[in-house]
Amino acid sequence: MNVLLEVSGLDAFYGASRILHGVDIAVARGEQVALIGRNGMGKTTLLRALMGLVPDCRGEVSFAGRDIRRAAPETIARAGLALVPEGRGIFASLSVTENLTMAARPGSDGRRTWTLARIFELFPRLHQRRNNGGHQLSGGEQQMLTIGRALMTNPDLILIDEATEGLAPLVARDIWTTLGVIRGEGIATIVVDKDFRSLAKIVDRVVLLAKGAVMFDGAPGDLTSRPELLERHLGV
Amino acid sequence: MMPRWLVPLVLLAIAAALPFGVSTYYVQFIGKAFIMGMLAMALNLAVGHGGMVSICHAAFFGLAGYVLALMSPGYDPASLVLTLPVAAAASGFVALVIGALALRTRGAYFIMVTLAFGEMMFFLFHDTDIAGGSDGTYVNAKPEIAIAGHRLLDLASPLAFYYVVLALLIATIVLLTVLLRSPFGHALAAARDNERRARSLGFPVYRIRLTAFAISGAIAGVAGYFATAQFGFVAPEMLGWHLSATVLVMVLIGGLRSVTGPLVGALVLIGLEEVLKASTDYWKLAEGLIVILIVLSMPNGVRQLWPLIFGATGDAATRPARVPAEANHV
Repeated sequence: MNVLLEVSGLDAFYGASRILHGVDIAVARGEQVALIGRNGMGKTTLLRALMGLVPDCRGEVSFAGRDIRRAAPETIARAGLALVPEGRGIFASLSVTENLTMAARPGSDGRRTWTLARIFELFPRLHQRRNNGGHQLSGGEQQMLTIGRALMTNPDLILIDEATEGLAPLVARDIWTTLGVIRGEGIATIVVDKDFRSLAKIVDRVVLLAKGAVMFDGAPGDLTSRPELLERHLGV
Repeated sequence: MMPRWLVPLVLLAIAAALPFGVSTYYVQFIGKAFIMGMLAMALNLAVGHGGMVSICHAAFFGLAGYVLALMSPGYDPASLVLTLPVAAAASGFVALVIGALALRTRGAYFIMVTLAFGEMMFFLFHDTDIAGGSDGTYVNAKPEIAIAGHRLLDLASPLAFYYVVLALLIATIVLLTVLLRSPFGHALAAARDNERRARSLGFPVYRIRLTAFAISGAIAGVAGYFATAQFGFVAPEMLGWHLSATVLVMVLIGGLRSVTGPLVGALVLIGLEEVLKASTDYWKLAEGLIVILIVLSMPNGVRQLWPLIFGATGDAATRPARVPAEANHV
């Protein structure tokens, strides 16, 4: 398998508290991985650590063969990683179009697959709202905008935190469809969400975090057949 | 109600016709207000658009004045073409150096560090013998543009001075508008809205802010050059924090989210001072109360009145203008 992201023995700290305990995880090119676990188990911290936003980290993180553990967030972003943060990170004072065009950048191999036109094709709703300010969008529109903005950087790997949290079921369905499109483009994804049933239908692999460590790493079907793990670590 | 695009043209026509309708005193007065407006717009590139609350822009303003004073040859006029770029470059360079250090801090610390650097510049000219020390110095002859002894432009003429300042004011507005609508401007706004988010998108926030800060300092320098040329005098007070704070008030009165808001703020504040000085000895007190009233009733600046006056559906005026705050979530 063509490894894109390789993390081994990753520890992360917020001050004195240790959040991640020796996390090992690998993601192949084009692979879609679900990251699940109860609240406070380190999912967001792991994504943030990958993006270079947790200053105090130990262990090894390599992305496309480069060591990125000590790199600045902007360097990591330019290497081909994109983060869709929890709670939608739009720029409220910019319009929808400005939010998208500002992020436009060729990918690590120079490709420009994702353009403004393609994002508007993927999310027609954003096209209708293109001149609206970021602060005038609904939650679903903001999530589309954040995903669209991440795609505009033509990334190799997208990290999506709480993909459908707080979204109406119909909007959530659009987001799941979008994840399918992203996968079809050969972009690798790590997606965090509470809706394990929906995730299990689309992802290649599931990683279960508990207390900052990996409890399970395998195919969705293998986890579904272990109800005791699901019961204990997800409460489903 | 006139169409929105007509408003700037009408204002420009009024500004251009003004010298033929009022006395020389008011031509100079408006010129001074335009210069302060230029300084306020420069400061707002850092404060409103970049989220960098700087209390040292008077230092960039005053430094350019000192450069003109030091480059002026005794009782002969200096060459505008030579001294203006040097003065602006000096201010831009000092802004680059101060910014490079100050931008390593955030929030209240950034304010304190810029204040400290501004005061260092003040004392550099106040406590040494450079250009008259605490007394300041005169620029005896105003700069001119001359080719082979033929004067093409002489700033000693109040009318010529007014039009040069008006032209530079328009140039500043155009430059800032183009800059803020460019990808660079969007990245600057994004970094202000949320620094970590902008960095996770791959923007080198430090470099972007530093560039904006240096440009802002250079424009402040152009304003300072003409302030010095207008009255032919430069003193350390031009570099002090008091002026920096006054300009910040102009920015707040005018509104943080637009290019021309601070210009309006400067005109309002300077006009207000002029009226109050003529009517009461306690003009500072009255001025303070009025500023408080304006800020309380129009938190987005006097530009909030635009839709009421011109009937236009403003975009910049209605966008939320929060005081730049450091957001810690991604």
